[in-house]
Amino acid sequence: MVGVKAIPSPAISADDRSHEVDHPSSEVAHFGADQPLRLDCGVDLTPFQIAYQTYGELNAARSNAVLICHALTGDQHVANVHPVTGKSGWWETLVGPGRPLDPQHYFIICANVIGGCMGSTGPASINPATGKVWGLDFPVITIPDMVRAQAMLIDRLGIDTLFAVVGGSMGGMQVLQWTAAYPKRVFSALAIACATRHSAQNIAFHELGRQAVMADPDWRNGGYADHGIHPHRGLAVARMAAHITYLSDAALHRKFGRRMQDRELPTFSFDADFQVESYLRYQGSSFVERFDANSYLYLTRAMDYFDIAADHGGALAKAFAGIQTRFCVVSFTSDWLFPTSESRALVHALNASSARVSFAEIETDRGHDAFLLDVPEFFDISRAFLQSAGKARGLTGKDG
Amino acid sequence: MSVQEVLPLGGLATEQAGHFRADHLLVAEMVKPGSRVLDVGCGEGDLLQLLETRGIDGRGIELSREGVNRCVAKGLAVVQGDADTDLVNYPDDAFDYVILSQTLQATRQPKVVLENLLRIGHRAIVSFPNFGFWKMRLQLLIGGHMPRTENLPATWYDTANIHFCTIKDFVELCDAIHVKMERAEALDLYGRPLRLRLPWWVWNMFGEQGVFLLSRGQGK
Repeated sequence: MVGVKAIPSPAISADDRSHEVDHPSSEVAHFGADQPLRLDCGVDLTPFQIAYQTYGELNAARSNAVLICHALTGDQHVANVHPVTGKSGWWETLVGPGRPLDPQHYFIICANVIGGCMGSTGPASINPATGKVWGLDFPVITIPDMVRAQAMLIDRLGIDTLFAVVGGSMGGMQVLQWTAAYPKRVFSALAIACATRHSAQNIAFHELGRQAVMADPDWRNGGYADHGIHPHRGLAVARMAAHITYLSDAALHRKFGRRMQDRELPTFSFDADFQVESYLRYQGSSFVERFDANSYLYLTRAMDYFDIAADHGGALAKAFAGIQTRFCVVSFTSDWLFPTSESRALVHALNASSARVSFAEIETDRGHDAFLLDVPEFFDISRAFLQSAGKARGLTGKDG
Repeated sequence: MSVQEVLPLGGLATEQAGHFRADHLLVAEMVKPGSRVLDVGCGEGDLLQLLETRGIDGRGIELSREGVNRCVAKGLAVVQGDADTDLVNYPDDAFDYVILSQTLQATRQPKVVLENLLRIGHRAIVSFPNFGFWKMRLQLLIGGHMPRTENLPATWYDTANIHFCTIKDFVELCDAIHVKMERAEALDLYGRPLRLRLPWWVWNMFGEQGVFLLSRGQGK
């Protein structure tokens, strides 16, 4: 018989996960019936909450606020130890003392997106109307919905204009949506490894991930929470497939090659003989410890629907007409999920709208995930952009 | 003015704050204040900085990421790109002036690039090293080898400059594609405009580089 080792069950219980969903280890902004979130699908979401982290202090002029938008599977824990995984913050390479976004100079905010599962209202939250987990009763949300919710949070924090909105991948989509929806509230925008719309190939990969989740019998048509279970196998497969798209052929080859995992010879089984298999299985199983399966469906859907040009009569340049925001767009040579051509299309549209835009393509073999990794050339341009924008904004301090 | 202050090319003597290159000063003087300018091949953004001091809304395209980085650090809006492949993506009439400084000879299709400059901008300012300069001629005539100068030190096999031309060649190209020459200047070895009011065919011998202000001519 051929040996098969299934993906292991998560070490963490469903109860631990739901605790962060409703009672996050973050600040929470509650929005009651008087402040519904008007969703693109036509539903008013109310009540709802947004969980967020802040770093640094807001200055007296309220001019040094930076909003960081997280990516698909990220959350608000940018630069602190993660309450579930115990790992350090996901963007400590960019945010922290001496980093391009130094809390000594900026008031940095990052909020869990609407539809997420780390404390902002999403499909894993309790539906107050039923007292049960929302599940698939949760309305479908979009990137503009996420940004609308963030704008309500920024209002709540008493901030009129953000000094910068910064994000990569799905976070970069939010950055672009911020500038299209609230151009006067964004002084500068740093959009990394993103696009103004999700491509057919990207939608296809997302559909693959969703189908993997839905094919897991434990998904129970999205109602798994009522049964105290979680479709961790399906979600892990979704994560494994997605993770491949975040890397590159060259990076995988450099990291793993065809090397074997703790063995010299093939076992002639479907065990994880190769290091790359073992790595992917680990990525899959560690992901399900901290992420909700339905949340993954909703957030991938939001990215699929994203198309700024379509929201502006098909002309991308119209979305940014007359905008005063300073843009910096960054792409990575080996990113095939959000390739440089997408960033160039954005830059051309910004040029056509006379927007003030800078663009650089960073040479790296690390694929889409390069924006989360230690890539000095990326930090150099981020720092240069933020410093010059800070000068234009009248922020003092050598890094501001 | 010392020689050091006005050395024009090859990235020499540009670090000195407050001292702008003589050829940049000439270009800046050709641009009307308050206009919109695209500098193609903007390097480290020195010309764009000079233009911004004159109230000009400047944008840049630069091939090297290091150059883009330095420009961004100066607060300039510069896009990493290639004159040969990226100009086609700019809309018609997007700028008042498009500047191509010391880059035309390094493009794969100088004619197409020139046509694009005058499609994107109402006017174009083009500067290029003059291969008809007497020192160049002398090296080929007497030395029998491809000319190399202080400003163009690369050997024929590793130079990025693949489409050298003389001032005369350039004027003929402008005529062929119906481009109107509004102003023509020749610069000496140090980037200073030749003071004598001479016809361009004299400059073809004595100008180290040519600077032309162009606009769309009849028949375009």
